[in-house]
Amino acid sequence: MTGKTLYDKLWDAHLVKMRDDGTGLIYIDRHLLHEVTSPQAFEGLRLAGRKPWRISANVATPDHNVPSETVERSAGVAGIVDEVSRIQVQTLDENCDDFGIKEFKINDVNQGIVHVIGPEQGLTLPGMTVVCGDSHTATHGALGALAHGIGTSEVEHVLATQCLIQKKSKNFLVKVDGKLGLGITPKDVVLHVIGIIGTAGGNGSAIEFGGEVFRAMSMEGRMTVCNMAIEAGARVGMVGVDQITLDYVKGRPYAPKGAHWDQAVEYWKTLHSDADAVFDRVVEINAAEIKPQVTWGTSPEMVVAIDALVPTPESFGSVAQRQAAQRALEYMGLAGGQPITSIKLDRVFIGSCTNSRIEDLRAAAAVVKGKKVATTLTQALVVPGSGQVKAQAEAEGLDKIFTEAGLEWRAPSCSMCLAMNADKLLPGEHCASTSNRNFEGRQGFGGRTHLVSPAMAAAAAIAGHFVDVREIDVREIV
Amino acid sequence: MKAFTVVKGIAAPMDLANVDTDMIIPKQFLKSIKRSGFGPNLFDALRYLDEGQPGQDTSNRPLNPEFPLNFARYKGAQVLLARDNFGCGSSREHAPWALEDYGFRCVIAPSFADIFFNNCFKNGLLPIVLDAQIVDRLFQAMYAQEGYELTIDLPAQQIITPAGEKIGFDVGEFSKHCLINGLDDIGLTLKDEADIHTFEKRWQQQAPWLFEALN
Ligand code: SF4
Repeated sequence: MTGKTLYDKLWDAHLVKMRDDGTGLIYIDRHLLHEVTSPQAFEGLRLAGRKPWRISANVATPDHNVPSETVERSAGVAGIVDEVSRIQVQTLDENCDDFGIKEFKINDVNQGIVHVIGPEQGLTLPGMTVVCGDSHTATHGALGALAHGIGTSEVEHVLATQCLIQKKSKNFLVKVDGKLGLGITPKDVVLHVIGIIGTAGGNGSAIEFGGEVFRAMSMEGRMTVCNMAIEAGARVGMVGVDQITLDYVKGRPYAPKGAHWDQAVEYWKTLHSDADAVFDRVVEINAAEIKPQVTWGTSPEMVVAIDALVPTPESFGSVAQRQAAQRALEYMGLAGGQPITSIKLDRVFIGSCTNSRIEDLRAAAAVVKGKKVATTLTQALVVPGSGQVKAQAEAEGLDKIFTEAGLEWRAPSCSMCLAMNADKLLPGEHCASTSNRNFEGRQGFGGRTHLVSPAMAAAAAIAGHFVDVREIDVREIV
Repeated sequence: MKAFTVVKGIAAPMDLANVDTDMIIPKQFLKSIKRSGFGPNLFDALRYLDEGQPGQDTSNRPLNPEFPLNFARYKGAQVLLARDNFGCGSSREHAPWALEDYGFRCVIAPSFADIFFNNCFKNGLLPIVLDAQIVDRLFQAMYAQEGYELTIDLPAQQIITPAGEKIGFDVGEFSKHCLINGLDDIGLTLKDEADIHTFEKRWQQQAPWLFEALN
């Protein structure tokens, strides 16, 4: 018998039953909720007179609509200026109170972006099935969990039945071996991967990230990578459990303790693909090829290295790709053939569930320390991913480094990642962003997003345009 | 949920690959706590020349004259022809809600993003995957003929063109059953309640740390 992949193991462990039509009924261990995709699900539950199946499986926090401005934030929910946003956050509070669901409310020190607080609190653990009405749930796969985004009807389904009807995905291994060059970060790795396999490359698949690079990567780095699996079309991204995973989980507030810990570790140690497991598809990448990445277009696959030129439409193979490139260049206000380093920036955003953890902030702070943000910039924002990240960064003095350099230090929220709160791009503005999507209008109507790593965003903030972070002097911050 | 059996309607184009859910319904409309009313803001940034706001009356907004859904010939369309990887990006179910609220019952494309594809079935919207060449042929035929109507016969799993051509398509058995009968799949899953309880009990013994109360 051949071995199993990590995905196979997690699927088998959670399969309640196979249904007649070939789909599986999968048991869900952890359900995360936020204010945007849950109100209609709670309403549905009420209308049907149903109760949540297992209350303690659910955890909620508001993140998308929450203001990042410290002043607006200080008055709590009632202080949210935008009325529609306020009602949405209030609705989450009411629903959680009514049903008795654990919630980290707006100014709780544990509040934050749902994908940052899950692992941070030990609420998401290795071996779990984790779902959330949010596509970036793939993030939690970094722990060796089976985690993916669902729609609102499925949110209601999970609340009511603790299960999900799923078609089994294909097994897709992305293997990156070798050693990353100096200054190359997990964000560069995942953008490079997406550039190779494309935004639809992982459709219908669960991607496992394997190879030396991911084995050597920190948990936060693995989260950055898994976070963007969805940008490669895969609902699921994951990394097998190893000592780095266990060390990360140990001692987290909701992680198992005592005898339960020992029992859990014994199980978690089995959560990796077997040596003889067979994948439906394997892509192998040499780490040495990866340079700092910058997206130039309106899809994450439209990405090149910092020392490259913006591609011309003619350089693409198919008619459809040429048309898409043409349209993207027009939207982005760029010309094919111009150097990436010539793109001038209006704003810089360091934050989002991809890159708002402490390591991300340290990397950005190291770049800006002792320097000043370019005067041509309208704004440079740093938005920590959670109250805990914020507190940690402040304890390390990172907030001072940022504000002294001219970046704004904000309160935890999704912020300019999708611009549902007040932080937005104006039409035509270029932004170096550490988030995950460069879609048209994503960061504000008519806004132009370039996805980069925290270090690259910080370097761009100083220069006012993109620069190769490997060529600038980076200070020690501790 | 509206039942879906046979739908006959005008086909309209969304002639672009990788149409993401931000494009289908921009984030400012996600602030609603309702399930309905998203139709007027479907493809908002493409359809109108100004930036839309939630709760705004859309009847006075400047329309983009180049966007096909604004053409008289596609008025009342129920079938959307689309390209590769339709519905990628965010998991927002507001995307199928907006399509459904606008009046679409069916989206035909060479491929869909996974979450969007699943979400459609929960909302009486039928996503059909066809070979890229066939989709392209439908696009050409639609462009060539004003009032081009397609009949989608779900029970027979067939698309019927105005010329009488029949094109078969695949659909999951369970999804088909739910769509045809307008069924809520929660009710159906709860028929397996006993199995879920059995599983849960066994799983709790095996992995007790997953079942601790959250304080
Ligand atoms: S930070 Fe951005 S991608 Fe992440 S959950 Fe918030 S809006 Fe979504």
